[in-house]
Amino acid sequence: MSPRTKMIGARLLQAIPVVIGVVVITFVLTRALPGDPAVYFAGDAADVASIQQVRETLGLDKPLPQQFLRYVGDLVRGDWGNSLSTGQPVLADISRRLPASLELTLIALILSCAIAIPLGVMAATKPGSWRDHVCRVFVTAGVSLPTFFTGILLIYIFYYLLDIAPSPLGRLNFMFIEPDRITGFYLIDSALAGDWETFGAAAKQLVLPACTMAIFTLAPIARMTRAAMLQALSSDFIRTARAAGLGRRKILMGCALRNALLPVVTTLGMVFSFALGANVLVEKVFAWPGIGSYAVDALVASDYAAVQGFVLAMALLFVALNLIIDLTYAIIDPRIGFDGA
Amino acid sequence: MLQIRDLRVQFETRNGPVDAVRGINLDLARGETLGIVGESGSGKSVTAFSVLRILDEGGKIIAGDLTYGGINLTAADENALNDIRGREISMVFQNPRAALNPIRKIGQQIEDVLRQHSLATRQDARRKAITALEEVQIKDAAARYHAYPFELSGGMCQRIVIALALACQPQLLIADEPTTGLDVTTQKTVMDLIQNLAKDRGMSVLLITHDLGLAGQYCNRLLVMKDGEVVESGPPAKLTKEATHAYTKKLVAATPHKGKALHNLILGGAAVPVPDQGEVLLSVRNVTKTYAGKSGPVEALRGISFNVRKGGCLGLVGESGSGKSTLSSIIARLQDATTGEIEFEGRNLNDTPAARFASDPRRSEIQMVFQDATESLNPRHTAAQSIMEPMRHLTKTIPRDRSARVHELAAQVGLPAALLSRLPHQLSGGQKARVGIARALAVNPKLLILDEPTAALDVSIQALVLNLLADLRHRLNLTYVFVSHDLAVVQMLCDTALVMRSGECVEYGPTDAVLSSPKSPYTQELIAAIPQPRP
Amino acid sequence: MSTSPSQSFAAHVGYVLRQNPVTLITFSLLAGLIFCAVLGPLLAPYDPLASSDTILQPPSGAHWFGTDHLGRDVFSRVIVATRLDMTISIGAVALSFVAGSILGCVAGYWGGWFDAIISRGLDMIMAFPLFVLAMGIVAALGNTVENVIYATAVINTPFYARVVRAEVNIRRDAGFVQAAKLAGNSDLRVVAMHIFPNALPPMMVQVSLNMGWAVLNAAGLSFIGLGVRPPTPEWGIMVAEGANYIISGEWWLALFPGLSLMLAVFTFNLLGDGLRDIVDPKQRR
Repeated sequence: MSPRTKMIGARLLQAIPVVIGVVVITFVLTRALPGDPAVYFAGDAADVASIQQVRETLGLDKPLPQQFLRYVGDLVRGDWGNSLSTGQPVLADISRRLPASLELTLIALILSCAIAIPLGVMAATKPGSWRDHVCRVFVTAGVSLPTFFTGILLIYIFYYLLDIAPSPLGRLNFMFIEPDRITGFYLIDSALAGDWETFGAAAKQLVLPACTMAIFTLAPIARMTRAAMLQALSSDFIRTARAAGLGRRKILMGCALRNALLPVVTTLGMVFSFALGANVLVEKVFAWPGIGSYAVDALVASDYAAVQGFVLAMALLFVALNLIIDLTYAIIDPRIGFDGA
Repeated sequence: MLQIRDLRVQFETRNGPVDAVRGINLDLARGETLGIVGESGSGKSVTAFSVLRILDEGGKIIAGDLTYGGINLTAADENALNDIRGREISMVFQNPRAALNPIRKIGQQIEDVLRQHSLATRQDARRKAITALEEVQIKDAAARYHAYPFELSGGMCQRIVIALALACQPQLLIADEPTTGLDVTTQKTVMDLIQNLAKDRGMSVLLITHDLGLAGQYCNRLLVMKDGEVVESGPPAKLTKEATHAYTKKLVAATPHKGKALHNLILGGAAVPVPDQGEVLLSVRNVTKTYAGKSGPVEALRGISFNVRKGGCLGLVGESGSGKSTLSSIIARLQDATTGEIEFEGRNLNDTPAARFASDPRRSEIQMVFQDATESLNPRHTAAQSIMEPMRHLTKTIPRDRSARVHELAAQVGLPAALLSRLPHQLSGGQKARVGIARALAVNPKLLILDEPTAALDVSIQALVLNLLADLRHRLNLTYVFVSHDLAVVQMLCDTALVMRSGECVEYGPTDAVLSSPKSPYTQELIAAIPQPRP
Repeated sequence: MSTSPSQSFAAHVGYVLRQNPVTLITFSLLAGLIFCAVLGPLLAPYDPLASSDTILQPPSGAHWFGTDHLGRDVFSRVIVATRLDMTISIGAVALSFVAGSILGCVAGYWGGWFDAIISRGLDMIMAFPLFVLAMGIVAALGNTVENVIYATAVINTPFYARVVRAEVNIRRDAGFVQAAKLAGNSDLRVVAMHIFPNALPPMMVQVSLNMGWAVLNAAGLSFIGLGVRPPTPEWGIMVAEGANYIISGEWWLALFPGLSLMLAVFTFNLLGDGLRDIVDPKQRR
């Protein structure tokens, strides 16, 4: 087995204790509630008898290790509890709403990279110039604004004042019917069905929330691109390329950028973390029916099983994303897997 | 072929513009190998970079003419320059592994250059790249094509950089310190390769180096630079024997070679008496060191034994990976040996493990001087604070006494008192070396371990420091273990030499015997690699 | 004889401030924020909690930032909120700085099992999207300001720990570290007094970024109803309350607290470079 394959296998194995840790932490979070957990799971309207019933059903009167084993067993079987507000199984709620959040996050990140990476490259080619400073200030301003505030501001300007954007009430204007669910991503589903009107409508609804999130994630990506490009451009191998007569453009785009993208890929992991958090706030502002708004509503309604399911789902999603990023990095960078890497 | 007239180069720095090159003239004929020799700050590398117009940001040619084969390089535009770079004039740099793109196959990197200059099409580029690799004597070129730089040794990487440079058959090769950072034996191979290729192709070579001995062996003519100016030029034999300029004389004197006496490194230097050797101070018997590496146990040391007598100096010679640094840190009790005995003044030194040796009363008796390149001084401490540090923990002195002692030590090592309040980044290499020595002497040690203390220093500073070390040994009754890769230096300072290779001792005996009649082939190789001036 | 560096600390700070105008501006802004935080209630023209009949008034001479839906003066509330938001962020960052530094030093210097356990622990914390974890912790432990501080500290600790671990690792075999051991320093002293101070410059940038995140975190949590509760004036809550009115055109309720948030976070973000220059010995002349 080549060292690379071994290293990839090792990375996959490394994810396992992390998943175990995540499950333990979510378990602890819900059992660490002040007071009687059963009350939280039974809901506000419950009387003493139903609280007792909930306690027995969920096994909350058993010793903790036993509870944990039961918890894990339930999770694996797909039983993540029932939501008090919707009455549905939590896992079903979450899987139904997940594509909405993913679509938003992915579009926002693509948008963010499309702006931030060229910006970072441009700033790196002329460090210290006024262009560099302006970029830095602009990008820092973007990350200093809380996402909920940016969202509100954008709504105010583009919807209320300028009347360009559609009303911020979800994924699709009520005049349109949602496309048949294949992936759950409206853009993909409507494109697959050839329904371009719905595609357009869904895209329009996406613009403001995606921009809100993109503004927030611009800074780390642009900063890291700039730093990585500066590092790459001052490397010895760039000097070799120049001395060999390779053109400026080829050096910049071919050699320097490719080397610089490696640290940017690892930054994306951190950016995802921000994005999945910012998701919650953006979905609330734009009434986006994703798992973020689900969680917020659940919190407000003290719907405990739903909150627990949300935290777990987000963590697992994040672990999976980081794994994909690490593996992508391992594939792109030939040095990984060797001593000294 | 190449003509430089009155070249002036300036750099923009924090403290205003700095003149790196102040009007130099140079003529290079076809087929000639010209060496530019100078210490750090002489402007030699800047000159080389100016020829190809690849100066760093902030550097500018403010005056002068660079002409190559009739083409005015100073006035040429970027397109014309890109045409010349790599095809007519090529360059080879120091730190070969860093000079290659780390994430691209080396064969492809050569192809890039060939295709840039339209000397290959997509179909035959690979074949031509492999041919280029074969010309620099890389075996198995077809397989090596697919390698990445991190998989190859330093010497191999430098050959590839040379292959890249020569792929388009240039007429002029500029080599900027091509052997710095390479093992001594590899240095010889690389320089021989360049020399042979130059002869075969009738190529001119401009060799930039700080090593006068190396330049003397491989060049037809030399230019000596100092502070941005050429102070003298001529054939190496003439410069060595009949130098006229004071600086050249100083440089020639300071360059170590076989058979030179230590005090002759400095003009007008007086010989320091070598102390008589007393009884055995340090006795090392069968020391081994094995530690767990990523792919199984690594044997860093495989049974080393030697004795050092009081007043003596043992030279530990080896290339990288020989284990000499591991051995020196074991003797200094920064690490534990796996097996073996070490006795200091007759007592077992191993009885206290390394982790607790800091509080052993013998800690002050064995001290160490480090190589500057490894950040040997705490960046946050002034020189005085660094020197005082051992006194604070290992002696019972009051602050006022310590201050006085710091001044005393500074005087002993030739460090001006005014520099004591400076931070390391405000000190030169030679000054930092002196601070390191003063720090090691602060607690009156008996045994001093010196780990390549002059490796990163200019040759003239090295001369001063080596003489200082000899002087201190005599005055303070010290015993040295001197670790170095440079046999010529070891010969000057040490009475006994131990040659190491891959953790084993390949030769051990009095220095003169080891150098004049080496028994092991490896030692012979090392000796042969020391540059010999052309007859 | 002076054993301290040629330029005194105060002179060095002055130099850094003069050299980069951005640094000077951000430090002045920071001074302004601290001023508001310390003297908040004294500076407010009206009682931030006092409601009145003059509701939803746009900015005017009497009420510089207008009044909100309960007739409270927005300007007073914004000024007073400075103290709360600054306390949360400074408290959280201080806690995570200390915890992260200790963990990072142990993991970076001694390595081995310590490193393995600490790194896995940090991975587990970082496995959660930060805000989500903060939500989970505050929801579980209870809806108080202290819990917001603890939650923010927990989610920030891994960042410090990682930076410190990397910096300690790089320096572990440096000449001056070995020299410190030769000088009789125990391992603990070597790490604490010699290696760690040299790791400070890169950490300063992290500190400033984290201060910004901490403020945003706290504001975000209050926006969704966790942490600070009304009627306490806090920028996040004020934006949440104001969000309802922006659709109908009363922009001042949300804008001013939002801008204050932005100003604070912006200041913290730009502070990093200046702080690093002050702490970095290589910048001394």
